[in-house]
Amino acid sequence: MISKRALPYLLLLPATVFLIVFFVLPFLQVAWYAVTDDGGFTLQHFETMRQDWKFMPALTNTFLLVIIIVPIQIALSLGMASLVTKMKTGRELVLYIWTIPLGISDLAAGLIWLSILDQTGFMNSVLFHLGVVDQPVNHLLYNDYPALIAAVVLAEVWRSTAIVLVVLVAGMGLIPKEYGEAAEVFGASPWKRFIKVTLPLLRPSLQTALILRTILAFEVFAVAVALTGTNLPVLMSETFHWQFDLQDRHVASAYALVLLAVSIAFTLVYLRVLRVREEERA
Amino acid sequence: MATISIKGVQKSYGTFTALHGIDLEIADQEFLVLLGASGCGKTTLLRIVAGLNSPSRGSVKIGGNEVTHLPPRSRGISMVFQNYAVFPHLTVFENIAFGLRMQKLEKAEVERRVRRCAGLMHIEGLLERYSGQLSGGQRQRVAVARALAMEPSVLLMDEPLSNLDALLRLEMRAELKSVLQESRTTTVYVTHDQVEAMSLADRIAVMHGGHIVQVATPIEVYRNPATRFVGGFIGSPPMNFLPAEAVEGGWQVAGKRYEGPRADGLEFGIRPEDLEPAEAGFAGEVRVIEPLGAHQLVTMNVAGQLFRAVLDSDRRVSLGETLTLAPRPDRVRWFDTASGLAVAA
Ligand SMILES: Nc1ncnc2c1ncn2[C@@H]1O[C@H](COP(=O)(O)OP(=O)(O)OP(=O)(O)O)[C@@H](O)[C@H]1O
Ligand SMILES: [Mg+2]
Repeated sequence: MISKRALPYLLLLPATVFLIVFFVLPFLQVAWYAVTDDGGFTLQHFETMRQDWKFMPALTNTFLLVIIIVPIQIALSLGMASLVTKMKTGRELVLYIWTIPLGISDLAAGLIWLSILDQTGFMNSVLFHLGVVDQPVNHLLYNDYPALIAAVVLAEVWRSTAIVLVVLVAGMGLIPKEYGEAAEVFGASPWKRFIKVTLPLLRPSLQTALILRTILAFEVFAVAVALTGTNLPVLMSETFHWQFDLQDRHVASAYALVLLAVSIAFTLVYLRVLRVREEERA
Repeated sequence: MATISIKGVQKSYGTFTALHGIDLEIADQEFLVLLGASGCGKTTLLRIVAGLNSPSRGSVKIGGNEVTHLPPRSRGISMVFQNYAVFPHLTVFENIAFGLRMQKLEKAEVERRVRRCAGLMHIEGLLERYSGQLSGGQRQRVAVARALAMEPSVLLMDEPLSNLDALLRLEMRAELKSVLQESRTTTVYVTHDQVEAMSLADRIAVMHGGHIVQVATPIEVYRNPATRFVGGFIGSPPMNFLPAEAVEGGWQVAGKRYEGPRADGLEFGIRPEDLEPAEAGFAGEVRVIEPLGAHQLVTMNVAGQLFRAVLDSDRRVSLGETLTLAPRPDRVRWFDTASGLAVAA
C-alpha cells in the first residue's frame, strides 16, 4: 500500500523527472558554459559581455521596452476586462476576437507590423492617398530611435495584450458581485469602486498576469528583429548573435543568465508587492 | 423627511414573476418589517429600494424624490446585505469606515463613529481583524455596524441578526431598536422570524409569493389577519382552522353552532391561546402534550383535524383524554373558503 502522504509526491514524479531532464540539466549546462573556460572557473565571459559595445544598449533597450509595454498592457487589459465583465451577452465572442493575435507567432506579428509601417507599407499608402504626406516616408530609420521603440511597443502590445486580458477577465469573474454592490451602496463612484475594491481583490490575478507578461517581455526578440533588424539590439537578440553569428556559446550563456536573473528578480518583487496575506483571504 | 413610496413595483426574471405590483407607503422614521417565508421576494424588494436591482415596472420614491433610475449611492440609503458583503481585504475598522471615507469625513469623526457603532454591536475588540478571521455572527455584526455608521436617513436591513445565537439576538434587537429610534431613521427590516418582526416593527408588511398580503401594526396582524395565510403564518403555534357548514341562522363547526357572517363558504379560525376548558365546545382526543414552561401546547384531534391549544401548565392533561375547549367569542375569525380573505363577523 502506498501511504496517503506519499501519493501526491508519487503522482508528481513524472513531471519532476521531465523538468529535471529538460529544464534543470540544460540550465545547469548553460550556467556551466557561462562560468567556465576549458574546464576552469572564470568570469571572463561576463567581462567580455560587459565590454561588448552592444551590451549596454541591449540592456537599456530591453528594460525600456518592458517598462513601456507592460504598464500599457496592464492598463489596457484592466479597462477591457472591466468592460467585458459588465457585458451580459456576447462576452465570449468579444474575448475570442480580442485573443486572435495570441495565435500569431511573434515573428509573424513583427512581419505584419513591418508591412504596415515600412516605406512601401500599408500606413504610408493610406497617408499618401489621403494627402497627409507628399511621398511615402520610412518610419523605421536606424537613427530614429523613438520610432523604432514605438514600432516594437505597438507590435508587442497588439500581439500579446490578450494574454493579460484573459487572466484578468478570469480574475474579475472570481470577485463576488456583492462587494461591488456594497461599495456602491456605501457611496463609492465607479472609479472608487475600481480602486478600492476591484484592484485589491484582483491582486492574485494581477500578480500572475504581471509575472507572465514581464518575463515574456524581457524575452522580446523576433518582433524587434523583424521590425528593426539589428538597429535595436535587445538582450535576446544579442544572445542569439553570440550563439549563432559569433559562435561563442560562453558569452551567449552569460547573456542568458543575465536574462534569467532579471526575470527572477522581477518575479520576486511581484510576489512580494502583490501578496495577499493569509488573513485577507475571504 | 425620509418617506419611502413604492408604487406598482413588479419584478420578473424571464417568465418568473418575483414581485407582483407591490404598493407600499413607509412613513418618515417608521420601522417597517418585511416578513415572509423564504423565497417570497423580500430581498428582491429591498434591493429594488436600494437601487441594486431595477423594477420591471413601477416606481420608487425616497423623501418625495423619484429615485427609480438613480444609482444606490445617490439615494441616501445604507444597507445590511443578507450575505454580509464584508470586504475581505479590509480590516473590520476599515470596513465600518468605508462609507465614511467615501464621504471624506474628518479623521476624528470617522474614528468616533466607527468606535461607537462597533461598541453597539459588541465588536470593539475585533477592529484590527480581517473578515476571514471572524465567525459568521461577528461578520454579520460588522455589516450592521458598517450600515449604522453612515447615520443614513433610510436604513435597509436584510435579515441582519439571522446568524446570531438566541441570547445575542435578543440583546442586539433591543440595541438596534433604541439606536434607530433615537436617530429617527426610517428603517426597512427584512426577516422571516416573526418574533423579531413583532418586537421591532411599527408596522409589519407580510409578504407571500411576491404579494404584500397585509400591512398593519404587529398586534393587528396577529389579532386580525387579513387572510387565512397570515393567520397560519404568524403566531407560534399558528391559528387553528376548522371547516364550517352553513346551517339555519349560523355555521356548524365541529358539531357546534356559531353565529357568523353570511357568505358562500367559510372557514372558522381561532388562535390556540384563545381556547379555554369548558363544558361545551370542541371535543377532541389529546394526541401530543408539549410543556413550554408557563404553558403547555396540547395537540388534539377535533373533527378529524389537527387542533392546537395553549393551556396553563397547572391544568392536568393526559394523553388520550378527551378535552372540551370553548373559543373566546370575541377572538373567533372567519375566512372565505374560496379567496382565503378574512370576513368580518
Ligand atoms: N436573479 C434571479 N433570477 C431568477 N430568479 C430569481 C433571481 N433572484 C431571485 N429570484 C427568485 O425570486 C424569488 C424571490 O427571491 P428573494 O431573494 O427576494 O427571496 P427572499 O424572500 O429574500 O427569500 P430568503 O428569505 O430565502 O432570503 C425567489 O423565488 C427566487 O428564486
Ligand atoms: Mg432574502
